[in-house]
Amino acid sequence: MKREIPMVSDELFRPAPFNESEAELTGYARYSYWRSTFRTFLKSPVSIALLALIFVLTLFAFAYPVLSKTDPNAVALDTSRWNLKPGAEGGIFGTDGLGRDIWARTWYGTRTSLLLGFVIALFDVGIGMIAGALWGYVKRIDRIMTELYNVLNNIPQTVFLVLLAYIMRPGFWTIVVALCSTGWISIARFVRNKVMSIRDAEYNIASRCLATPLPRIIQKNVLPYLVSILIMEAALTIPYSIGAEVFLGFIGLGLPVEAVSLGNLVNQGKNTFMLYPYQLTWPTVVLAAITISFYIVGNRFADASDPRNHV
Amino acid sequence: MLSYILKRLGQSLITVAIVIITVFLLLRLMPKSGYFTREDYVNMDESARTAYLRSLGVMDDPVTQFVRFAGGVARGNWGRSISVYPKSPVMTIIKEKAPYSLWFGLAALVLSMGLGLTMGVLMARHKDGVFDTFGTIYVTIVRAIPSLIWLFLIQQWVTGLLGWPMVFYEDRPVSWILPTISLALTGIAWYAIWLRRFMVDEENKDYVKFATAKGIPRTRIMRKHVLRNALVPLIQYFPQQVLLTIAGSLLIESIYSIPGMGGLLVNAIRQQDNPLVQALVLLYAVLGIVGVFLGDLLMAAVDPRIKLAGAQGGQE
Repeated sequence: MKREIPMVSDELFRPAPFNESEAELTGYARYSYWRSTFRTFLKSPVSIALLALIFVLTLFAFAYPVLSKTDPNAVALDTSRWNLKPGAEGGIFGTDGLGRDIWARTWYGTRTSLLLGFVIALFDVGIGMIAGALWGYVKRIDRIMTELYNVLNNIPQTVFLVLLAYIMRPGFWTIVVALCSTGWISIARFVRNKVMSIRDAEYNIASRCLATPLPRIIQKNVLPYLVSILIMEAALTIPYSIGAEVFLGFIGLGLPVEAVSLGNLVNQGKNTFMLYPYQLTWPTVVLAAITISFYIVGNRFADASDPRNHV
Repeated sequence: MLSYILKRLGQSLITVAIVIITVFLLLRLMPKSGYFTREDYVNMDESARTAYLRSLGVMDDPVTQFVRFAGGVARGNWGRSISVYPKSPVMTIIKEKAPYSLWFGLAALVLSMGLGLTMGVLMARHKDGVFDTFGTIYVTIVRAIPSLIWLFLIQQWVTGLLGWPMVFYEDRPVSWILPTISLALTGIAWYAIWLRRFMVDEENKDYVKFATAKGIPRTRIMRKHVLRNALVPLIQYFPQQVLLTIAGSLLIESIYSIPGMGGLLVNAIRQQDNPLVQALVLLYAVLGIVGVFLGDLLMAAVDPRIKLAGAQGGQE
């Protein structure tokens, strides 16, 4: 049996304009995304404890240099003050090979490393998120961005550093620029890959059919989907940049030796580890407490910010 | 698929050209002292130095230099090292050093994939169980604490404990074990954590719930659907990982004194050996681009949903 198929011509269709008020005509329940996120996050005592630890350590690292009178760079001329064990004589963490107080140096160093981490995380994630969402969504710029990614990602970081150190001077902002110049694009690429699999989802096809403007699609349909990934990336950038500073110090391209940072402390402590292990151990314990806390809190917050875990 | 490969190949060639030209021009900013060995630099006066630089051709305009360099590379001449290995051709140095990095890198990659993927599957399968807890602790330590610290401590403690040599000896296989394991530790964590995450994400999807509702056994769902889909985002990085094993690991090679490629670039930079830096940077850049190219092909081959080639979907 043959059925008559009615002819459908293009004239029967006409494009509808985007209507903002009608776009909201869906059944919204009384659901607050961020309230649910925080409730889920705060359910675990481990998360609360680590978050508190981050607060205490950060606060202390920033308060100590203001409140304490100990100079982290004060060298003792008296050799009996050198390489003292932790205890009454040597202060809380002991002294290093020049009689400098390791307790003071640890907190000054923590402040430097945290500042470095915060600044890098801010730039990396901020730029990476916006660029990545656009990159994944707008096909026109895919070529250019992929090109930029290939160019940036394939020049080794050490070379970036040397060239930058040649133009500027080795120091805080050189590390920030060097790490961010490659860091943002790897976050952007990650976001792009995620977006590309979201892009062709039915609800986005529907949005496009309803002539929703691109910025709105990105803001309402794509970004919320990425929040969990972005928070994780931001939290991970902090341990990563602290680690990168340690690494750069090791190959001699880090902060200047006279700067007090966790990277310099670890590298100095490493050289004397056989004789005076505490010179490496104590700064490392503080460093690990910070990086591990950020790592775990970041991951847990990412889990909590995923709406699928809100039920 | 063929047209996609050709198109992607064309793009990669353009990228290679852009990177080579950009890096070559950036490297022209390198200090001129990088063309002298230290004694030569001290012994020569200003006019002798200029004459020497002129004879090397580095005073010519960048375009002329680039054409000469490209011609050399085409004939297999990558230039000669100046201060790290005076007068040795760069090609000879690389040929000598690359095998160390390559073999350690490949062994570690096999180890990372084997253990890492197994660990990831176990963690996802028994989410919140014992495996997951221990796996998470391991991954957290490896990823959160700067690798220099634990690499150094492993070397100090394990060699002391087992009486193994502290550094690499070519004729003592027992000294190969620790560097390989050290090299694999980050890779294991990387594979485990991402595979676990992607598998858990996949497991929460509707089609998996539907399959469960239909009564398909969990093992089958995990193997046939969840694992396969979770591997897709990981597979993209595989070719690049293989190719860049040649670059070696800087930390591990210098901790264990392995004469591979890892330390070479840093030595070249520290001693300002311009021709060596130039050759290595360009080599790694090209390998990286080839890796991305192969990764994209692999991803498009295993996941037809990623319609990179087609004109459907997305905003035009």
